[in-house]
Amino acid sequence: MSQGSVGIVKPEMMQFDEAIGLKGGARIEGYQLAYETYGELNAERNNAILVCHALNASHHVAGVYANEPENVGWWDNLIGPGKPVDTDRFFVLGVNNLGGCHGSTGPSSVDPRTGKPWGGDFPVVTVEDWVNVQARLASRLGIDQFAAVMGGSLGGMQALQWTIDQPERVRNALVIAAAPKLSAQNIAFNEVARTAITSDPEFYGGHYYEHGVVPRRGLRIARMIGHITYLSDDAMDAKFGRNLRENVLKFNFDIDFQIESYLRYQGDKFADTFDANTYLRITKALDYFDPAASHHGDLTAALKNSEADYLVVSFTSDWRFSPERSHELVKAMVENRLNVSYAEIEAPHGHDAFLMDDAIYHNLIRAYFERVSV
Amino acid sequence: MSTAVTPGKRTSRRDFETIAGWIGDGAHVLDLGCGDGSLLRHLRRVRRASGYGIEIDDNKVLASLKNGINVLQADLERGLSGFEDDSFDYVILSLTLQAVRHTERIVRDMLRVGREAIVTFPNFGYWRHRLHVMLGRVPVSRELPYQWYDTPNVHVLTIDDFEIFCAGHGMRVRQRVVLDEAGDEVKLLPNLLGALAVYRFDKWSA
Repeated sequence: MSQGSVGIVKPEMMQFDEAIGLKGGARIEGYQLAYETYGELNAERNNAILVCHALNASHHVAGVYANEPENVGWWDNLIGPGKPVDTDRFFVLGVNNLGGCHGSTGPSSVDPRTGKPWGGDFPVVTVEDWVNVQARLASRLGIDQFAAVMGGSLGGMQALQWTIDQPERVRNALVIAAAPKLSAQNIAFNEVARTAITSDPEFYGGHYYEHGVVPRRGLRIARMIGHITYLSDDAMDAKFGRNLRENVLKFNFDIDFQIESYLRYQGDKFADTFDANTYLRITKALDYFDPAASHHGDLTAALKNSEADYLVVSFTSDWRFSPERSHELVKAMVENRLNVSYAEIEAPHGHDAFLMDDAIYHNLIRAYFERVSV
Repeated sequence: MSTAVTPGKRTSRRDFETIAGWIGDGAHVLDLGCGDGSLLRHLRRVRRASGYGIEIDDNKVLASLKNGINVLQADLERGLSGFEDDSFDYVILSLTLQAVRHTERIVRDMLRVGREAIVTFPNFGYWRHRLHVMLGRVPVSRELPYQWYDTPNVHVLTIDDFEIFCAGHGMRVRQRVVLDEAGDEVKLLPNLLGALAVYRFDKWSA
């Protein structure tokens, strides 16, 4: 059972000239999607897996780029030849979502109507819109039905939405570290992040590209608050404790503690690579996600047309999307008598645990995919 | 209802065939403490049963997944509040009754969630066990394979104990099969000669 990397990968681009109407009422006349694929689509075209990304990731799911050997895909520990998601068996597709900032059409793209970047005028996109767009890409690639759609966090929400919106096009959904909708606390954290961005003097209502600046300070703070919520108290304590960077308290507002240094580093790194307008829109997509809303809040009713089998996974220390939120998902699936398995992984890392290389977690994913016939 | 169990295909646990003989075709089943999922797998194969197993142990959850059944990782001791009333045809507690702490609550929940319940347990009143105790030792047998210091069993009970429990808790016994160590049915003096008891029951009010 060799566990290898998919190796050097190359992002692809697909152009769509047909317009798409979004849930919020806006229309985008044409758009492009950045995506990557690993493995081979088989002759029956029934071995495709769609991997949906969460807040700050992209279509670069596995492998490395030839010119950037350090840029390893965000779920590379899970996906590759001989890995739990085995690219020797499956054809894996990663897509940068509409509104993103890694190649797909988004706020930093040029609006053909004005010849200028969309900026603040780029519409708010939703999980439903993403599923719609992903389905169009799948059709272009000759994939009528996915063997599985999977994702963690917001990615897991997309996997769930797939089974609601495209029930005949998905056989399995892996909904990991997700929730059926955000709580008030979740939305509150997102609102702090958005306020940090929109109150940055260099935000310019989202039209900062024209001014040759980015709302860097706001984006840093947004990432810092987000990062705190992805980790558990215990994980942070184990990693940083009250360790000082220079062994003495400085009695000023520079960095004293290692955790401060870490957060600033994470904030800086993120602000260099991520677009603030995309961050605003992705957090909105999270806030708006609520598939039960159109069924009077009844998630069981929302899933009544689903034909998929599910694997739901949560992590004990995840306080952002706690195991109890996954229980809500499982309950709705059980009430529809759908095939579902559920695992609650003992993990100290908080929400980010879904990205970790944990043996129990990865063995479950492996075992689940061994059941998926292609 | 025929007991269409393929002869020669003996399951590793002898209570499986009794249970498979009781439940209807296509029954919707909840198996509490499903272990590696082999009972549900058996019921799916011979009875086209659907449903879920509940298991707390990581390795057994994995084994259940590999066995192709639906397994939900949860602690039985925290109750079945995630399940609606009467959502299953049968709720099964196979060789787990003696290992749960909140016995009364679990049995009550079984009859709330399921139309009927099935339990199997090792009979502490089995003559070999009595002999062990008479000789001054805690019984160790095929049904009670643990030493006193490593047993997961927190209750010991006999067939007579269970029947008294049923009578006192609004449980109506519908069927009972008692097996000896060879897996053969015991009709005579079951509380003395039976090693394993299998009960099907429902609510008196039902």
